[in-house]
Amino acid sequence: TFCFCPLSAMTIDGNYLLTCGSDKTLRLWSVGRGTLLKTYTGHGYEVLDADGSYDNSQLCSCSSDKTVILWDVATGQVTRKLRGHAGKVNCVRFNEEASVILSGSIDGSVRCWDTRSRKMEPIQILDEARDGISSLKVSEHELLSGSVDGRVRRYDLRMGQLHVDFINSPITCVCFSQDGQCTLTSSLDSSVRLLDKNTGEMLGEYVGHQNKSYKLDCCLSNKDTHVLSCSEDGHVYYWDLVEGSISLKLPVGKGVVQSLSFHPTEPCLLTAMEGSVQVWGAVPEVKEEAAD
Amino acid sequence: MHICGLREVILQVLAVLLLFLQHKGGGSGPAAGASMLWKLSKRPLPIQEQTVKDEKGRYMRFHGAFTGGFSAGYFNTVGSKEGWAPSTFVSSRQQKAEWQGSRPEDFMDEEDFSEHGIAPHEITTTDDFVSRRRNPISEKAQAISSMQASFPADRLLDFLVPARTSIGVELLKKMGWKEGQGLGPRVRKRPKAETRTYGCEIPPNSSEESEEEDFHLENVTFAPKDVMPVDFTVKDDVRGLGYQGLDPLQALGGGSEPVHINLFSAESDRTSSLFGGRSAGQQRKRGVAGQAFGVGALEDEDADIYHRDTMSNYDSVLGGEEPGDGLYGWTAPQQYRRSQKDTMKDASYLGKILEGFTLASKAAETKTVFPPPVLPRDFKPVHYFRPVVDSSTVSPQLAKALEMSHGQVSNQPLQQGSRHQLDSSQRRELLGESSIKGSAAAVIVFKLCTSGVAAAKLMAQRAQSRRLLSTESVPSPETEAFTAWNSPTIDISSAFRPFEKNPHKQARYELYISRLKQGEKDALDQSLDPTMTEWERGRERDEFVRAALLYKPRSSCLASRFTRSQHDEDDPDSVEVTRDQENNVDDKQSAVGMKMFGKLTRDTFEWHPDKLLCKRFNIPDPYPSSGIVGMPKVKKDKFSVFNFLTVTDTILEEKSVSSTSTSQGRSLPSQAFLRLRNKHIKFWKSH
Repeated sequence: TFCFCPLSAMTIDGNYLLTCGSDKTLRLWSVGRGTLLKTYTGHGYEVLDADGSYDNSQLCSCSSDKTVILWDVATGQVTRKLRGHAGKVNCVRFNEEASVILSGSIDGSVRCWDTRSRKMEPIQILDEARDGISSLKVSEHELLSGSVDGRVRRYDLRMGQLHVDFINSPITCVCFSQDGQCTLTSSLDSSVRLLDKNTGEMLGEYVGHQNKSYKLDCCLSNKDTHVLSCSEDGHVYYWDLVEGSISLKLPVGKGVVQSLSFHPTEPCLLTAMEGSVQVWGAVPEVKEEAAD
Repeated sequence: MHICGLREVILQVLAVLLLFLQHKGGGSGPAAGASMLWKLSKRPLPIQEQTVKDEKGRYMRFHGAFTGGFSAGYFNTVGSKEGWAPSTFVSSRQQKAEWQGSRPEDFMDEEDFSEHGIAPHEITTTDDFVSRRRNPISEKAQAISSMQASFPADRLLDFLVPARTSIGVELLKKMGWKEGQGLGPRVRKRPKAETRTYGCEIPPNSSEESEEEDFHLENVTFAPKDVMPVDFTVKDDVRGLGYQGLDPLQALGGGSEPVHINLFSAESDRTSSLFGGRSAGQQRKRGVAGQAFGVGALEDEDADIYHRDTMSNYDSVLGGEEPGDGLYGWTAPQQYRRSQKDTMKDASYLGKILEGFTLASKAAETKTVFPPPVLPRDFKPVHYFRPVVDSSTVSPQLAKALEMSHGQVSNQPLQQGSRHQLDSSQRRELLGESSIKGSAAAVIVFKLCTSGVAAAKLMAQRAQSRRLLSTESVPSPETEAFTAWNSPTIDISSAFRPFEKNPHKQARYELYISRLKQGEKDALDQSLDPTMTEWERGRERDEFVRAALLYKPRSSCLASRFTRSQHDEDDPDSVEVTRDQENNVDDKQSAVGMKMFGKLTRDTFEWHPDKLLCKRFNIPDPYPSSGIVGMPKVKKDKFSVFNFLTVTDTILEEKSVSSTSTSQGRSLPSQAFLRLRNKHIKFWKSH
């Protein structure tokens, strides 16, 4: 069945691929073989984001039906259905030990849910944002949230501080760098910025792609050498991190390349575009298609 | 002949007979004669005489066993000198041959019929002369003698056998005894058997006895009953008494349902169980019965032909099945076991006690039932709230009438001092309760009105109404204030400060209040400022008293039942916001435009993570002692549009204020401006 696939996500060890579809299902694929392993149904509306735990035993997914679901991978059963958001949930992430699920929603709040206990209420609600949360990332001790109100908020749990970086245009994606010193943000003014985490200074700006209306992903390569971003013109843009010049313009297809995910250790890229996911190897010409 | 012993006599007779027989020349026993004589004379037989000759005097050759053995016949030939002649077979028309079935005896010769042959012709006693009782001694003697001498003469002793029936039996028979009768003198009547009668008992009637007597003729006697012979057979096995053993027919019968086989049954007669309870028709007539021999077509065996016998059909323990409840000796644990004293009590209980339960040691608590109050005959369950009477607008008589009314027509005439006209304070006196500190109504007054004038008015009203109603003297305001504040539990700091604007006055007022609290009656005069003029002092005194009365402390009796609301209804103009606010947005925007990220674009706030969140993230709590979650919040005045909507002059004022300020369009209004605005609004409210 043809379905629009807004997001793909690679699991932590790089062997499995999760795709969320607008057909309300979540699918698990094997990256190496390109085969469908399991389908998870349970959401009431289209699935918007998903994340896997570190041991690949649990998945969390969020949807336009305002819920966050915790799945058991092997059985495909719904372990928890967490309700609380007032609007569709845009992004969801596990923390390092998969003991907390963090979800960001269009209602402007980030909710932290406890997976270990049976509580249906979130541990904490972070509602400092004034508009919807578009993107969320978690590191060992920090939460990074990007909001449509143009601010990147980094909650440092260790220091007990909140750092707000003003970007001035709605943010579509935020992510940490591999070394943990910088954050990358892409915003609707068609620019991707690399900011220093401690001071908030901009270390690099990457332009050339097109990002005016869609929520597009950006990421860094596995060795932090390149900055990648999707684009509305059907390409994936590679910039050199230090220089800021476009090193590669990867033609993916005709439509909008929505989602992007880099392998954690190998030079391997996943892109998602309108119903299919492409796996790109080190040599860019090698292309494997995994259609939903 | 001198008879020294029976045996010698018999031997001598035998010797005579032997000699006589030998003399006759008949075929006597082989070679026994000389040796017999020699034996009788008791001299050893020489070797050359130790020969065996048959009846014809032929030296015998022994083929086979040494003792006895069989010779091959006539010089090792068979039969006679001529040999063995077969029987002739003749059959003609006149004389048909009769087939005589050949018997084995046809093929035997004399030696076979001899004592050591294959078909010895023995002389045995007939049944008539067989003695019933076995005599083991005589049998042993016979066995020994037959071993010593293979001489059939011993058998002649068997001729001397007693008669079949014993003498006693014959004598009894001669006296008229018959088999089956008992021994003893004859009796008249048969003794009645002691049988149990079930059902209606025949009443002891002499007429019935006489009936029986009539039934029997006189002089008729009966033989007594026979005694059942006791079996005196010696028990020579080690099985239990009455043991029968398994009946093989029953054990391997393979009936349709497994029947419990009782090895020790009460019946001594075993014949009934010989065939395992199977009916006559069921038993096999032909062939062998048993498990392995199938079910014929005509048979009715419904049993499972592949029946497997299980060990559960057999007892392993004597005494039958485990009796009772299958508990197998399990006893209830301590808590369920009934102690000795409980069982005593239980025994006295007449009803039925369930298993596992016992009578309670403590009697159940009897509930005290409070009967409902007795209502007076004229009681009507309708409460009428007396209307608040404004004494200034209404004539005193009407006011009084209203005060005393019930709201209904009452049958009874109005009584002065009836209990419906009592005030709470009067009731308090009647009941003998202690008066509460402070007047409760004043607290409500404090909450409702913010303006001092209205409160004072109400106070005056109450004082007036009280004077109207009761005859008691109105306590002076001073003493009232004293009673209100004279309590150690009062918290001065939380009390309302009426003289905020004048800190000195406030300080004096607080001094006065604290003195009141400690219980000094003349606190008022002490706390007045001596530097003020007399008139001012007097005025201040009144003000203090009134303030003390009005703004009663919250810890009065009724006030303790009220608490401050969370949402600060008395302060609708403020709201909680985060303490730390962002910097100016416009500055940031311009910084972004200039790509000057860093200090201008970054804001850092204090943020408290939830304790559980830290725990889950495996991070030590950065603020362990804080109870806040999230960003610390502060109360800020609200910026509400509705505040602008009502009074035109205030709007104008605000507009002018706003234009003169240096703030930007979208920024939050400054604190000073807000305070000014609020003051104006309060002013309007007071009007």
